[in-house]
Amino acid sequence: MLYLELFIQGIIQGSIYALIALGLTLVYGLLRILHVAHAALFTLGGYLGVLVTNATGSLALAMLVAMVVCGVVGMGLYKFAYEPILGSPPFVPLIASIGLFIASEELFRMIFGPYGLSYAVPPLSGQVALFGTFSLRQAEVLVIVLSFAMIAILGWLSLKTRTGIAWRATVADPEIASSFGIDIQKVRYLNFFIGSALAASAGVLVAVLNNLVEPTMGSVPSYKALAIIVLGGLGSVPGTLAASVALGVIESFGTIYAGNFMDRDAIAFAFLILVLMARPQGLLGKA
Amino acid sequence: MAYEITLLTTMAISVLFALSLNFISGFCGQISLGHAAFYGAGAYTSAMLAKAGAPFLLTLLPAGLVAGAIGLIVGFASLRVRHDFLAITTMGVGFLFIGLVRQQDVLGGELGISAIPSTGLGKIGFMAFAMGLAALFAGFCVYVKRSWMGFVYDSIADNEDVSEIIGIPVSRYKLIAFAIGTAVAGVAGGLYAHHVRFIAPDSFGFVESVTVLAMVIVGGIGSIWGVAFAAAFLSVLPLWFQPIDDFKILLYGALLFAMMRFSPGGLAGLVARLRGVS
Repeated sequence: MLYLELFIQGIIQGSIYALIALGLTLVYGLLRILHVAHAALFTLGGYLGVLVTNATGSLALAMLVAMVVCGVVGMGLYKFAYEPILGSPPFVPLIASIGLFIASEELFRMIFGPYGLSYAVPPLSGQVALFGTFSLRQAEVLVIVLSFAMIAILGWLSLKTRTGIAWRATVADPEIASSFGIDIQKVRYLNFFIGSALAASAGVLVAVLNNLVEPTMGSVPSYKALAIIVLGGLGSVPGTLAASVALGVIESFGTIYAGNFMDRDAIAFAFLILVLMARPQGLLGKA
Repeated sequence: MAYEITLLTTMAISVLFALSLNFISGFCGQISLGHAAFYGAGAYTSAMLAKAGAPFLLTLLPAGLVAGAIGLIVGFASLRVRHDFLAITTMGVGFLFIGLVRQQDVLGGELGISAIPSTGLGKIGFMAFAMGLAALFAGFCVYVKRSWMGFVYDSIADNEDVSEIIGIPVSRYKLIAFAIGTAVAGVAGGLYAHHVRFIAPDSFGFVESVTVLAMVIVGGIGSIWGVAFAAAFLSVLPLWFQPIDDFKILLYGALLFAMMRFSPGGLAGLVARLRGVS
């Protein structure tokens, strides 16, 4: 029973990781940029979720607003921060992105205060009985269902629609894709929009789970998401999904069995380093 | 007067620390996002030994050795993974370090180590000693840069594969860079522990790693004078202007971003550009 519970907690954490890390993988696959500032959009999403829900009382509306606003902000980030330095060596955008991220954390602290915000009426706080004595919180069920649904929709979009095909073609080879008449610029904007909207949705979901948003809520996911996309093999979407769930589950078991030796983050990064030493290209990356 | 001495000591330690990262990232081209872990390893080693009764000067050597040994292990990792993968791996090393230290009661856990004994050199003596070490290492960097080894590092930083083809033992030189850079970071950590006389895991986290990277990048990656200047300037900026202390992190973040966005070569690159124009 304990195992099952730990496993499900791991899946819940893993789904959140997946939503955040997907956007990072999309950006990396297309532009070879480690987009650390991605987690700032996760935090922004969380704040918008709480603010809009408290103002209107509708969590669904809050989710929509958070996703659209963060999507647009994400496109702005690409336009003003990354596009001018695309040709530089890889450490340039990486450092620029870290700079943006730590500055944004401070901005959140200045604008919204250091103590964080909560929902006036915590949504979905009831329990759902599953079988026997085993039950989950409504919010936890929402996290699992919604993240699976969004990932499934994204998968369908990229496999079956013209836009999805254009996107995959651009990732595979930008030059050939553009000679077939695909507007690369449009694909990049779309990429940032979708990735950032997914991160925002994760922010809203975490805000519901913890009933708290705070300025630093993005820091741990930000570094973890980097670990995840490296673990999965940079740029590989299936690898990222596998790594997210694997990391979620390993952390959840690890904190019980190795918790008095190293903390949760250390467990995650120990796993990352072990995997990379054995498979330098990541779990599902191409050599 | 005591205040100026503290400022100068802080500056000297930061310069030493930033130059040690510059040796790895600037000379050898290996970006490290976990350099504070080695600073921390040195600080903890030195502090533990001093608490056990060892005289200050004798704690610095083991501090450098411990940090260098860990650095050598991480150096082996740099032979396995490259570029972005290496940056994330070193970041992982940083998180692993504080994650482990936090849970060890021997090392004081979350609370760290306090009441580290005095150095016995006096404030001015300690400042002179720290400045001397920083100057010594800066001199060593200039020497390396001009020697045959410096050309090898230029070549590796430029293109590892080509360097290998023209007969440079790339792996060996990378390991040497990691060993030297991390050992010096350990010594800087030992100085830091005896300067503030209180250390905790949080002093060596990701923010500290980014801060030192900021010094290297803002100064101009690879440029010894640029990095030394940026480290001296950035380390005392928050002390000079107390009101800025609140915005310190915002300032660091904005500076990092602006530097990369508008002058990826840092201050050294900026100066070179201005000279070229005039």
